[in-house]
Amino acid sequence: MLSHDSPFKSDGRLERVLRSGRFAVTAELNPPDSADPQEVYDAALVLSSVCDAINATDASGANCHMSSVAICALLTRAGYAPILQVSCRDRNRIAMQGDVLGAAAMGVCNVLCLTGDDVTVGDQPQAKRVFDLDSIQLLHTIKMMRDEGMFLSGRKLTVPPRLFLGAAANPFVPPYEWRPLRLAKKIAAGADFIQTQYCFDVPRLRQFMSRVRDLGLHEKAYILVGVGPLRSEKTAEFMRSKVPGVVIPDEVVERLHQTPGPRKREEGKRICIEIIQQVREMEGVAGVHVMAYRQEELVAEIIEEAGLLPRPQRTGFVSPETSRRPRK
Amino acid sequence: MWRWLQNYPHFLERAYRLTHRLWVWLDPVVRWMGYRRVDGWLRPLEAISKRAVFDCQMCGQCVLHSTGMTCPMTCPKNLRNGPCGGVRSNGHCEVIPEMKCIWVEAYERSQQMPDFGQEMLLIQPPLNRQLDGSSAWINLLTQEDQKTPPGWISLQNIKIKK
Repeated sequence: MLSHDSPFKSDGRLERVLRSGRFAVTAELNPPDSADPQEVYDAALVLSSVCDAINATDASGANCHMSSVAICALLTRAGYAPILQVSCRDRNRIAMQGDVLGAAAMGVCNVLCLTGDDVTVGDQPQAKRVFDLDSIQLLHTIKMMRDEGMFLSGRKLTVPPRLFLGAAANPFVPPYEWRPLRLAKKIAAGADFIQTQYCFDVPRLRQFMSRVRDLGLHEKAYILVGVGPLRSEKTAEFMRSKVPGVVIPDEVVERLHQTPGPRKREEGKRICIEIIQQVREMEGVAGVHVMAYRQEELVAEIIEEAGLLPRPQRTGFVSPETSRRPRK
Repeated sequence: MWRWLQNYPHFLERAYRLTHRLWVWLDPVVRWMGYRRVDGWLRPLEAISKRAVFDCQMCGQCVLHSTGMTCPMTCPKNLRNGPCGGVRSNGHCEVIPEMKCIWVEAYERSQQMPDFGQEMLLIQPPLNRQLDGSSAWINLLTQEDQKTPPGWISLQNIKIKK
């Protein structure tokens, strides 16, 4: 079977771009509050040509939206490369393993394992939080499914999923010294790539990356730094006070505050591009993850103006003829 | 209240080492009396004493010495492998803003623990929810707390260059 002779863990584009040493770009799709698939396609259309994989968020911020598995199913159907985000907040180990297997069957090649924002920050704070597994346990569980071909219970899978496993990191919040070590744990548990929280504090990231390089972690996993545009100082204020884990230094807020009204949006974009250019210079940074909440139309501009286009298409793929599995 | 004791993690890890040895040495006696029966006696005792010091939640699989003598089950998300990404800049919890993140505390305490501090790097396996409410002291002797799901292959301790 394919898994034995392929040097890759997944059949996806993201893994190939990263392994070829190219600077990768991923982007987040804002999930619709709708039962119409067209809304997913519309959102994906603007992202697909400018990034290597599209993140389908799993009720981020504990706000209810279309599920990540469903978005991924729609995206793979249309030929896009999604990253399935799985958060430990809403489902127990039985549901999560089943979802991952189902997603893989629908052609999903990348999974991002997250702890998940707490229910209290979302629109339904009365909900029960689950957290049956934590993100590290989830990572290792999926790794066991992929590499050993079994569920957590030990029961065999007839065909294991082929997945590129991701984890999140947040270098910008305490305990700062522990953060690189937590990354080490995630990599030991099975993370192949890392997507960080929004980066606005470049010096802090530099400190983090220097420790990451000391530990040799940048050679064991591909680190993609999270970036995104701020619409105004009000958005910045909202994000740093209401969105868990987002840190925006006062200088950035002040810079937006100093900019006259109509140019704020442009300035926010400028800041984002500058951050991309700075993190690109850092040794060990393998790519960027663009999150533009309610500003999807800016994603393409940001990626283009940061000099990250054109994106490689179909890098190092096995032809469908050779990868086809014979029917039993 | 005995919570202040948590701020002497080195004393606690020494106490743990000593009582652990003594307890394992007593195993034949406990086995003779019957684990099930002793579990019934110990539960209230363990709950009261460990709740007083650690705010113990009686998960039945105690890893206090590996988590900086700070109970990971007091984290609102029950995280056993380290802090989530939602910690506030002042080191407080995402869920309960007035509470210090228990993993920030655990990390600080582990720095004062020469014996077990390094165990913060261990990857803790998924919890066995069936042990919820039982005595971790008995589960230690029966080694129920050591059992991991069959599909979980244990990981080696991570080697960190200082």
